[in-house]
Amino acid sequence: MNNFLKQSWAGLRILLALTVLLGVLYPLSVWGVSRIPGLHANAEAVDTTLVAVAREGDQYFVPRPSAATLPASGGSNKGELNEDYTSVVAERRTEIARREGVPESQVPQDAVTASASGLDPHISPDYAALQVPRVARASGLPVEEVRELVAAHTGGTFTTTVNVTALNRAIDSAR
Amino acid sequence: MSPLVAGLLQTGILVTALAVVYRPLGDYMARVFTAEHHLRVERAIYRFARVNPDAEQKWSTYAYGVLGFSFVGIVFLYVIQRAQSLLPFGFDRGNVGPGMAFNTAISFVANTNWQSYVPEAVLGHTVQMIGLTVQNFVSAAVGLAVAVALVRGFVRHQTDRLGNFWVDLVRGTFRILLPIAFIGAIVLIAFGVTMSLQSGVDVDGQVVANAPVASQEVVKELGTNGGGVLNANSAHPFENPNEWTNLIEIFLILVIPVALTRTFGRLVGDRKQGYVLLSVMAVIWTAMLAIIWAAEANGVRPLEGKELRFGIPGSALFANATTGTSTGAVNSLHDSYTGLGGGAALLNMLFGEMTPGGVGTGLYSILVMAIIAMFLAGLMVGRTPEYLGKKLGRREVTAAAVSILAMPTVLLIGAGIAAVLPSTQAALNNPGEHGLSEILYAYASASNNNGSAFGGITVTSDWFQSSLGLCMLFGRFVPIVAVLALAGSLAAQKKVPVTAGTLPTTGPLFATLLTGSIVLVAALTFVPALALGPIAEALL
Repeated sequence: MNNFLKQSWAGLRILLALTVLLGVLYPLSVWGVSRIPGLHANAEAVDTTLVAVAREGDQYFVPRPSAATLPASGGSNKGELNEDYTSVVAERRTEIARREGVPESQVPQDAVTASASGLDPHISPDYAALQVPRVARASGLPVEEVRELVAAHTGGTFTTTVNVTALNRAIDSAR
Repeated sequence: MSPLVAGLLQTGILVTALAVVYRPLGDYMARVFTAEHHLRVERAIYRFARVNPDAEQKWSTYAYGVLGFSFVGIVFLYVIQRAQSLLPFGFDRGNVGPGMAFNTAISFVANTNWQSYVPEAVLGHTVQMIGLTVQNFVSAAVGLAVAVALVRGFVRHQTDRLGNFWVDLVRGTFRILLPIAFIGAIVLIAFGVTMSLQSGVDVDGQVVANAPVASQEVVKELGTNGGGVLNANSAHPFENPNEWTNLIEIFLILVIPVALTRTFGRLVGDRKQGYVLLSVMAVIWTAMLAIIWAAEANGVRPLEGKELRFGIPGSALFANATTGTSTGAVNSLHDSYTGLGGGAALLNMLFGEMTPGGVGTGLYSILVMAIIAMFLAGLMVGRTPEYLGKKLGRREVTAAAVSILAMPTVLLIGAGIAAVLPSTQAALNNPGEHGLSEILYAYASASNNNGSAFGGITVTSDWFQSSLGLCMLFGRFVPIVAVLALAGSLAAQKKVPVTAGTLPTTGPLFATLLTGSIVLVAALTFVPALALGPIAEALL
């Protein structure tokens, strides 16, 4: 017990020293470096297109369903055998098919499933294509132009995805 | 490109990057723990703490050092959470409640980083920085120190000295973790990870929480910690914005545990001893990756709980890395995985976190399992087992057995009680077999100091906060004390000369024996529980 207390005392002093170095100096140094131009916009998420939030109105592309309670992030954590959730997914499919005026079989997976973060900025090219006619109609933009905007915001190295946040802002500027 | 090609390409890039740094980093870490010279900052810390860095310790003093340092770490973390409202950058998130503060304090000191709280709603930047970030470093450095002490037990003869815990702790922090973390944090920011002292940022009219993410994100992965700065952890675009940061983060998770096999080979003077451990880790890791990937690719709702930018291969790769080490960060929600995919992630933890395991913990866990394997082999041929020139007698095998059995004991007791408590039903997010899997996963994660979750389960009741807290505590420190006792008893021995009767521990026979022991110990312990949860679910 004596040795434990002796070591705890040394441990407390080490912890205090390390707290100053690792808990104050280290993160503030990283923060300081992140102030340099070129990193600053990333660090503060200025005009960020990394996250998507649903926007009001038919003139916008709809992101994936979200189980997050903003400002916090989060997902549904529902398993695939959860029957209650299966009917939620089925309702989403019906709703999207009605909204876009297509058969339910055309609604892609990403359109009806919640992402892990609830902030997923991306949708699949299929889901974007499905939404083009509605967005064109509601925004007054020609279908061809909306298609081009979708193409301009489609990218990715290993996966091909469409960034909804950037795309919706492009719709705003095109109108 | 097709998901198959994309997955193979990402795996290929990851393995190549690990192969490139394997030797230099492994050799460097060996030098760190054998060098005579102290850095100036290290000397200043030793002076401030009034410890003599050149005095070596017996195993018991070394263990008291680990326990004492961890004890004050828990008390400090508890106090600053309880008093959060007095600290700056708290954003009126208030003081953390006693149950949650207890659980979180143990969680971060025990390198588990299990999170019963929603960071964006509960913790301000100050507690994250001076509390959690610090433990992200030092709990990993404690793991490294214990691993190095065990290796010294094999290398040294007829001595009762295992090195100096404070020196090993401080060196692991300043010479290994901190330099990589600092560079890594800036790289992550360059790739889009955020680093803000604001509480949130406006996105198209709605506020999304922000934080000083990058500095903690990097050490969260590098130290195999896993506690997300934000609730969605590495699925959050501010923590893990794109496919490249995803690969960088997986790399950071694996790099130290993998390179430590090289360090081990160096320290024992036979690099093949390290390669054989690496081969065992790699075989199990690859097999588990294939299972998780294939299971998720064939799921009913494969994209539920996954981010589109990572896709299924990028999610499976992360899930396998985070559960094969003791990290527990997630870039997709394991709770929404298929029965088989989620079950494989669970099994990765039940192997005892040694494929390749956490920083330091992976190495000492697989060395303990090697002792068990040699003991079993010795029983088969009727000969006193040896490993690395040391006899494995009653003391050594007992210590190894205690170290291995601590985790299943607390896991099964905790999960067993939780499963029959009437209050548990309301805490579950999914019915039936998957509900049992949520309980099993929670206790497996806590007892193995992993920290990932089937996140649907609500663990804020006093029962879950305290029982999971105790599982983390015992799951961490019982094996550590047993391993240090083992190291002490090995170091006291004479070196046994290699004879014709010695089973070589560098060849395929030993690798097979070790792989078999890892799989069999987990299977014999956990098949009954797994049969009721993930196995039943996979068959339904």
